Amino acid sequence: MSILVGSDTKLIVQGITGGAGSFHAKQMIDYGTKVVGGVTPTRGGEKFEGKVPVFNTVAQAVKDTGANASVIFVPPPGAADAILEALDAGIELVIAITEGIPVMDMLGVRRVLEAMQAEARAASRAIPRLVGPNCPGVITPGQCKIGIMPGHIHRPGNVGVVSRSGTLTYEAVGQLSALGIGQSTCVGIGGDPVSGMDFVDVLELFQADPDTHGVIMIGEIGGGAEERGAKYIKEKMTKPVAAFIAGTTAPPGKRMGHAGAIISGGQGTAEAKIAALTAAGAKIAPTPSDMATTLRSMMA
Amino acid sequence: MKIHEYQGKQILAKYGVPIPKGQVAFTVDEAEAAAKKLIADTGLPVVVVKAQIHAGGRGKGGGVKVAKGGAAEARTYAESILGMQLVTHQTGPEGQKVRRLYIEQGLDMATEMYLGMVVDRDRRRIAVMASTEGGVEIEQVAEHTPEKILTIHVDPTVGLSAYQARDLAFGLGLMNYGKETVAKYVRVVTSLYDAFTKEDCSLLEINPLVILKNGDVVALDAKVNFDDNAAFRHKVWTELQDVEEEDPIELEAARAGLNYVSLDGNVGCLVNGAGLAMATMDIIKHAGEGHGVAPANFLDVGGGATQEQVTKAFSMILKSPKVKAIFVNIFGGIMKCDVIANGVVAAAKELGLKVPLVVRLEGTNVELGRKILSESGLAIQAATTMADGAQKIVDAVSGGAK
Repeated sequence: MSILVGSDTKLIVQGITGGAGSFHAKQMIDYGTKVVGGVTPTRGGEKFEGKVPVFNTVAQAVKDTGANASVIFVPPPGAADAILEALDAGIELVIAITEGIPVMDMLGVRRVLEAMQAEARAASRAIPRLVGPNCPGVITPGQCKIGIMPGHIHRPGNVGVVSRSGTLTYEAVGQLSALGIGQSTCVGIGGDPVSGMDFVDVLELFQADPDTHGVIMIGEIGGGAEERGAKYIKEKMTKPVAAFIAGTTAPPGKRMGHAGAIISGGQGTAEAKIAALTAAGAKIAPTPSDMATTLRSMMA
Repeated sequence: MKIHEYQGKQILAKYGVPIPKGQVAFTVDEAEAAAKKLIADTGLPVVVVKAQIHAGGRGKGGGVKVAKGGAAEARTYAESILGMQLVTHQTGPEGQKVRRLYIEQGLDMATEMYLGMVVDRDRRRIAVMASTEGGVEIEQVAEHTPEKILTIHVDPTVGLSAYQARDLAFGLGLMNYGKETVAKYVRVVTSLYDAFTKEDCSLLEINPLVILKNGDVVALDAKVNFDDNAAFRHKVWTELQDVEEEDPIELEAARAGLNYVSLDGNVGCLVNGAGLAMATMDIIKHAGEGHGVAPANFLDVGGGATQEQVTKAFSMILKSPKVKAIFVNIFGGIMKCDVIANGVVAAAKELGLKVPLVVRLEGTNVELGRKILSESGLAIQAATTMADGAQKIVDAVSGGAK
């Protein structure tokens, strides 16, 4: 078991003929991910790497391949459109890697997504989900890698990782694997201010997944996602959670690389997030080098 | 991205927001000529001389003066403000040099109010905030009298509804100025919302928004910030950018496609990924507490940097006089360790390495990267983990160059 992605995931790559899309499509295929198709408008009918069919539209790709997940490498001007197209085609899991999508575009996408999720809940259908944008993707080690993370650092196992940062996720995974601790699924939720899955959404799935025994949660300054995660941990989570919050030393008012990593009007400080998580029973890694050992100390 | 008040007002005017007559001036002569023209156009002797810098609180800092004695007085104020180092609560103690002025007509105000818009990321809506407390720092109002700030949340898929704007108008007591003023206020809020969404603003603030004695509603100030991600569909932004208002090093980095933020410490950091870059600052501060060791910068070379970008990034750190040691911390994913190693070696050979360098490499092509560094002949201390690297940095700085 795992969450979100596994050996039964059938993936299409939107933007498969572009630079990043083609490079990572190959990497994902090499890892063993079932890449059943790609989408590049006007390039329908071609074959990627001589074997993966390319379609003009996501709807056609879904019809012909039965794809249930899509990963988006479309550049920022068309990325929101690509996400909406995937959702409209009935894709259950959309993972947007693209960095640099305008906030105004993501506000619209997010509101449409929320409406679709409400409809799906009311009809007892599977709930469509968006991961990202501006994220490394999702990996269930040994089964399915969707995104840009280096596959070789991961080991199959029972620790879930959820993070707003790509390289800090690799850091946590590297530490876990070095200790001989494998991962159930690693989810990068991305560094944008308005995005899809939040910490709460991923924590819920980890809590419900019998093969996830503990979680590393990696947050950073800006917004209130960590505080909402803390509330969930306090009220619902029975599994141990080790957390690290990046940006204790970040100056207010400055955007620290990620569009969403900014302390504005005194809101979104690392101190407030650390306090909320500590009060919720999560254990804070004192430094980013201690993420795996902190979780291990809780699981022993 | 930030722009000047006068630029912001020109944009708002296009959306139908009433603004006072005004003109930008780059010299004292231009300021005087603008004042003369305004006085002739309006038939009123009062003009306002306003410093144009990318920071709020200009009035309190002495950057805004009302000239009631005609163009000659406006000239005197222009002489004192242009070129001054204007210090406000947003500039930091060193202040910001005034290079542009905005000369604006004076208005007969009845009251000053506040109107602001921002993306509320946690609600996924646009928050519109209004207050009767205009012309003062809104942060102070929020802290001391939060009940005086009215907020509505606009769903971007529907847009602003008139009733929401009316809610604000009635809440602010605008019926006291007549129903015409309520209607005018609703039009201003609607126009501003239109501008906010179409111009991809991240912040739009009118402080003060004034009610004139004749009942008109006018934007007396305009603070407009743009969402950098939307630059691709606003070519005009490059013309609006005032590079003299930017930190020169951050500007240089941005032009090279690097994320860089200057900090107060003494350890230069080169890292891939924003989260790891922040965490690297944190661990240096953690290890260096009490030893006078702290990060000098945030630098994320990104996931797909070229060797040239890495060389550029490392050169920028090497050139900074405050840097007493350098920590390169890389967890290669897409970014290959050999690319980083080659970039670091190229920059160090070109500029000379005069401070201790600690490198921690992990991930894709790590063996190749380590080999390039060890064969470079440079005095590099290899670190096995982030914590190990941070400790080596602290030892190097507090123990002097070893």
